[in-house]
Amino acid sequence: MAEPRVTATGGGSPLLELTRMRILELTREPEAVFWVFVFPILLAGILGLAFRSRPPDPLPVAIVEGANSEARLAALAAAPDLNARVFSVSEARLALTRGRVVLVVSDDAVPSYAYDPANAESRAARLAVDAALQRGAGREDVFTAVTAEVTEPGSRYVDFLVPGLLGMNLMGTGMWGIGFSLVVARNGNLLKRLIAAPARRSHVLGAQLTSRLIFLIPEAGALLLFAYFALGVPMRGSVFLLTGISLLGAMAFSGLGLLAAARPKTIEGVSGIMNLVMVPMWIFSGTFFATERFPAAMQPFVQALPLTALNDALRAVMLEGVGLVPLLPELATLAVWGAVSFVIALKIFRWQ
Amino acid sequence: MKRYGDLVAVDGLDLEVHAGECFGMLGPNGAGKTTTVEVFEGLRVPDAGEVEVLGDRWQGDGLRLRSRLGIQLQETKFPEKLQVREVVRLFRSFYPRGLDVEAILDLVGLQEKAGAHVRGLSGGQKQRLSLGCALVGDPDLLFLDEPTTGLDPQSRRQTWEIVENFKARGRSVLLTTHYMEEAARLCDRVAVVDHGKVIAQGTPKELIASLGAEHVIEFAVNESAASAIDPALLRTLPSVEEAAPNGTGWRLTVREVHRAVPALLATLAERGAEPTQLTTHHATLEDVFMALTGRMLRDG
Repeated sequence: MAEPRVTATGGGSPLLELTRMRILELTREPEAVFWVFVFPILLAGILGLAFRSRPPDPLPVAIVEGANSEARLAALAAAPDLNARVFSVSEARLALTRGRVVLVVSDDAVPSYAYDPANAESRAARLAVDAALQRGAGREDVFTAVTAEVTEPGSRYVDFLVPGLLGMNLMGTGMWGIGFSLVVARNGNLLKRLIAAPARRSHVLGAQLTSRLIFLIPEAGALLLFAYFALGVPMRGSVFLLTGISLLGAMAFSGLGLLAAARPKTIEGVSGIMNLVMVPMWIFSGTFFATERFPAAMQPFVQALPLTALNDALRAVMLEGVGLVPLLPELATLAVWGAVSFVIALKIFRWQ
Repeated sequence: MKRYGDLVAVDGLDLEVHAGECFGMLGPNGAGKTTTVEVFEGLRVPDAGEVEVLGDRWQGDGLRLRSRLGIQLQETKFPEKLQVREVVRLFRSFYPRGLDVEAILDLVGLQEKAGAHVRGLSGGQKQRLSLGCALVGDPDLLFLDEPTTGLDPQSRRQTWEIVENFKARGRSVLLTTHYMEEAARLCDRVAVVDHGKVIAQGTPKELIASLGAEHVIEFAVNESAASAIDPALLRTLPSVEEAAPNGTGWRLTVREVHRAVPALLATLAERGAEPTQLTTHHATLEDVFMALTGRMLRDG
């Protein structure tokens, strides 16, 4: 048998080759492509559609049938904000209880209004109904105020939602992307084989992070471009700052992913840990609704979460055009989470 | 760096692999072969004792030493969606010097499968890919842990040929196996391992010779007459070295089959025992293991 030719130049850079392997693996996984690229866009699209801005609906109001109902219906018809209909006494009660109307006008000579004072729409209806009935009964307005209607772009729900979805996606892909592939590699003895062939441990883990950051660009880019062009979500701050924050966020969650995957040998094991870490953040970190809704006692916990910091920073840049300096506390939170989890993960990492 | 002699030594187990030889650890599953090999490979830290590989000791990541070794683990799941060539290329990048990716694909007979995903490979092809990744750094010493377990006979022979070619280039191999044919064919020297201990060591020839006889007769008789036969009686037969019960029958180690068989049949007839089964074969490493432990290798 001929002696095979041995060369000292045939091999590429190990870090590059390991990174290449990760990227090839990911791009050949249709499920991964769906969850990373398609899902966030789909979610933004659907939620954007559900919560799109519409002209306000007129408030539904019931008039109790009787001697005065015709005149009152005519008076309320003159008010554009109201949608009044005539009901029998019992029907009107039922409609109010079920929320189909927000206020009931009685048939008494001097009308009484039945409504829930805790409901903002009911309170608005009370003012509009009273004004319309007074006017119908002959009251003259002393003056007519000029109204200026202001619709603030960037204040829609979808504008609030998109930065949160970006943050949530950075968390999800950072943790799953790194955690899954490491546990699968450990479970199949691949990690052990890599370090047995002399791959440097730093290269094996470094490739995970590098491929993660490379993937971030199309991933965040796709969602942001879709949001900007298709949903009209504003981009008021610096794109560079937004990119920087996304990178820092991706690093922080890669660190957490590395920590979650540092020990488990099975997918079931790592999934449990991942859910334990991520579910609280889906709820508390202000992805779908503002963190201010949680009671003051919980705020220190809520604000300390890395996803809260990331979402707040992304929102501030996109919606308010905030610069770097006011965001330093959020960025510091992310950096600390990332650094601490990295250090612990490296200390306890199981290679076989 | 050419210190021939002790390529690998384990103090306490007194196991040595010489340069240019193929050394086999033969033993049943769970005998501690993998643990021992992983200590050699620097993947496990021994609780006591010392390991020397290629004149070097394990410390830190041992990258410099590792670049001269080829290590195949008992089972490695390579990423399913990678192509065969991509996997070899990845492993080539870990070694400062080594073979061309294409040369390795030729060597392990995977040139035709170079563009196939790992997922689509047969068990034998996966094993050869694993072997290719262990050979890509042109190692001085190759570790193979159960290289043909679970393979069909043809894949097994292909693997053996690859190892023989590697050996023919003057390189050393340490392999573990529980197939005695594999040890007999590939290994210059064999250590028989059981319960974490080396119970015999030598060339396959020496080990077989240690039985004192080269042939084995196995027989069984009709049940009613079975109690009329005992090992002491069998040992008195001409040319018989050793006799022991074997399942429902007996097993004799004999020097000359043509002298032992007629005497055996005569004795059985005398005692009114009817042979229900009688076979003879050349003694193998399996018989060595049997003689040492009273168990078969494949029984574990």
